[in-house]
Amino acid sequence: MDSIYQKLVDIVGEEHVSNRPEELFIYSFDLGTAEPKSPDYVAAPKTVEEIQKIVRLANEHTVPVVPLGGGLSLAGLAVPIKGGIILDLKRMDTIIEVNERARYAVVECGVSQGQLTSYLEQHYPHLTHSEPGAPPAATIAGNIMIHGQGDLAHPYGFSSDMVNGLEIILPSGDMCRIGSCAVGAGWFTLHPLPDAGIFLGWYGTTGIITKLSLKLFPSKKIRGTGTFVVEDERLVPEIIYKITHTQLCEDIIAYSSAIPPFASELHHINVNIAADSEKELEFKQEIIWDDALGEYIRKGTGGYNGFVRGLQRPQISKTSDYKKGGGFEYVGAIMPVETYPHCYRKGREISEKHSIPYTITGRVISAAHAMMFAWTYAFNRADPETIRQAREALHETDDLVMELGGVIWKPGLYGQKLIIERLDPMTRSLMKKIKELLDPRGIINPGNWEIF
Amino acid sequence: MTYLKFDTETCISCPDTSCLTECQHISIERDVAHNEILKIARGENSFVLHECVTCYACEEYCPYGNHPFYLIVERQEALGITPQPSPLVKRAINIGIPFRGEPEIKEINGPVINLGAFSQLKYLIEGKLFEGLTIISDDERKMFHYFCQLMYLHYGKISVIKERLLKIIDTIARHRPTEVICFHDECFGAYTSFCNAYGITVPFQPVHLFEYLYTRLNELKDLIKPLGLKVTYQRPCSSRLSPDKHRYVKKIFDLIGAEYVKREYSEQNVLCCALTIQGQKKEGSRRLTLEIQKKNIEDMKRAGAEVCVFNCPACFDTLGWKVKEIGIKPVFMSDLCRVAIGESPVDWKESDG
Repeated sequence: MDSIYQKLVDIVGEEHVSNRPEELFIYSFDLGTAEPKSPDYVAAPKTVEEIQKIVRLANEHTVPVVPLGGGLSLAGLAVPIKGGIILDLKRMDTIIEVNERARYAVVECGVSQGQLTSYLEQHYPHLTHSEPGAPPAATIAGNIMIHGQGDLAHPYGFSSDMVNGLEIILPSGDMCRIGSCAVGAGWFTLHPLPDAGIFLGWYGTTGIITKLSLKLFPSKKIRGTGTFVVEDERLVPEIIYKITHTQLCEDIIAYSSAIPPFASELHHINVNIAADSEKELEFKQEIIWDDALGEYIRKGTGGYNGFVRGLQRPQISKTSDYKKGGGFEYVGAIMPVETYPHCYRKGREISEKHSIPYTITGRVISAAHAMMFAWTYAFNRADPETIRQAREALHETDDLVMELGGVIWKPGLYGQKLIIERLDPMTRSLMKKIKELLDPRGIINPGNWEIF
Repeated sequence: MTYLKFDTETCISCPDTSCLTECQHISIERDVAHNEILKIARGENSFVLHECVTCYACEEYCPYGNHPFYLIVERQEALGITPQPSPLVKRAINIGIPFRGEPEIKEINGPVINLGAFSQLKYLIEGKLFEGLTIISDDERKMFHYFCQLMYLHYGKISVIKERLLKIIDTIARHRPTEVICFHDECFGAYTSFCNAYGITVPFQPVHLFEYLYTRLNELKDLIKPLGLKVTYQRPCSSRLSPDKHRYVKKIFDLIGAEYVKREYSEQNVLCCALTIQGQKKEGSRRLTLEIQKKNIEDMKRAGAEVCVFNCPACFDTLGWKVKEIGIKPVFMSDLCRVAIGESPVDWKESDG
């Protein structure tokens, strides 16, 4: 009997551990184009203590541990590049606390976006969180580990800006807390203690989140999406500037795509607006469409296409239907809003070169301080040639992002390499020291953010 | 190439120019109106071309069937006076492009119902009223092969209709239908009024949905239990293209025992749902849309309507939820007829819920 397997069974119980090939296969790939790699074991812990024991076991045997949430990053970030133990965290799915007045929720690491949305709708209809465009099974912890963004990114920033506190299992197996919870003062703020932000955005390579406190925000009775359409991509940055100046919207997303035809060679700017009354809604609509954007309508260069009640989450995954076989992956990048026209034109060129219908989306972050730009490439999972085409297109787009002065978001291995090559030497050195200090054996999600 | 059958002499001798003087959106005296329609006929610019909100109503107001609305749209396009901003025009034109394969042609050799671009509403075509009737294509991926294109009248793009309609007619004809019941009266208007105005041959018999429903209700008369409801009807813009079929609204209501409430805005004076106005270039269009809708709904309420009946899915989407908010039940005509014969359509039950 395999001793690591037996020890994992001792920690989490036989029904929550596996080394059977057919089950390992499921964990060997994600839904994007990353090359598959099988883990040696899968373990699904239920408690913090179980995670600690598994990490200590991994340390003892120098076996990689790869934390896995929803597994929906698409960039291969939870593919076990060096084998080892996949730590499937979905069983840790308790919503521990919702503080209505202080507007935060404390959740375990396996709580999904959809689970929290549903829970809040049922129990706290006046509260909401910034839900990303990923499928509802994506976890909250996974999203903040990659600096994700959701549908409140315009007013409140990245999802990781909404963290009030963390409980982390360090690569040593020790547990530590960050934020007000570290002094036993509840989970209501990350500040003002000395900054210990060395965990967010690291893909878990510096520690595994077990609990987190997430800021919640007011949820108004009416939420919906108004759409403004322009043909000239050069108008998009100034229109976004004007919309964000009103400070009256929730989400702002611009997109253009070859399919369906209505979106082709046009730029739809979807603006989420929320209100508690018709009076408030009309006040906001008047200021946004009539006052801020009226000049474009009168000139005929921009058009108001109406307001639809009910939130429509971004549905990038629909692009997977464009080619038979249901695959898609996108390059995300954090870009200055002013680069939208270049991003659109260059992205189209790359898509057309690889015979893929183009899909380009940009979500405004904060007061147009940046945009998360996504170039999406569909492929047929059953056709290696289309996967190769998509992978090439993704790599070219990674190169493009760096050329245009942006930063690749949640980069896969290729994108990480591009970033690390360009990193300021002292920044590289600091990151290397942090990683060596926290994870000297290199056991947590190895292969990612590795700096030599 | 197809050309509009328009007779300028008819306008010259017209005593009241009701096409423009009756307009709900342009205030115009008869003499001015007479002058302006002749300018438009001559291909000259006119303020009417700029002020027109494209409600189709002048097609009905003209007592001679001289097609003033088609003429206005022709001139709007020729002179580059599109009511909508150009990105919305392009968007609309793109919407009608089929992109998911060719239609699957099955010969039917019998009556069919054509949902046009509303295949997602096939659930409305159920029950005894539609027994034995084939839906010509219920595949949402293929619906734009059956889309009558008349929507482009709202966008000053009559050329798109002329360019695409022949192919649509051919696609429908290839199914070899004996009669084509048009789910939406925009389609009926396309295959009757528009094709007639442009001399386009239609190789099948178009039938208005309401005429079909009326006939079927008579065949199922024994099943009808009078509804005893006070109803109003949201007449869509495309109904202006077939005003002779509008009489079936009252005939159906009478047959199913629904009281057609008297309103300030009804029949020729009906207010449209205003969906098409909200995005127009003219300053204040969005607010005008809200004002028209408010006036319309308040009038329904004043008249005591319990149910608002729709034919057009766009009107339903635009106004359905608004009438519901003030306690008036929105329903498609076919569903109301189904209720009258004792059936329980999904939307009717959900609306109760």
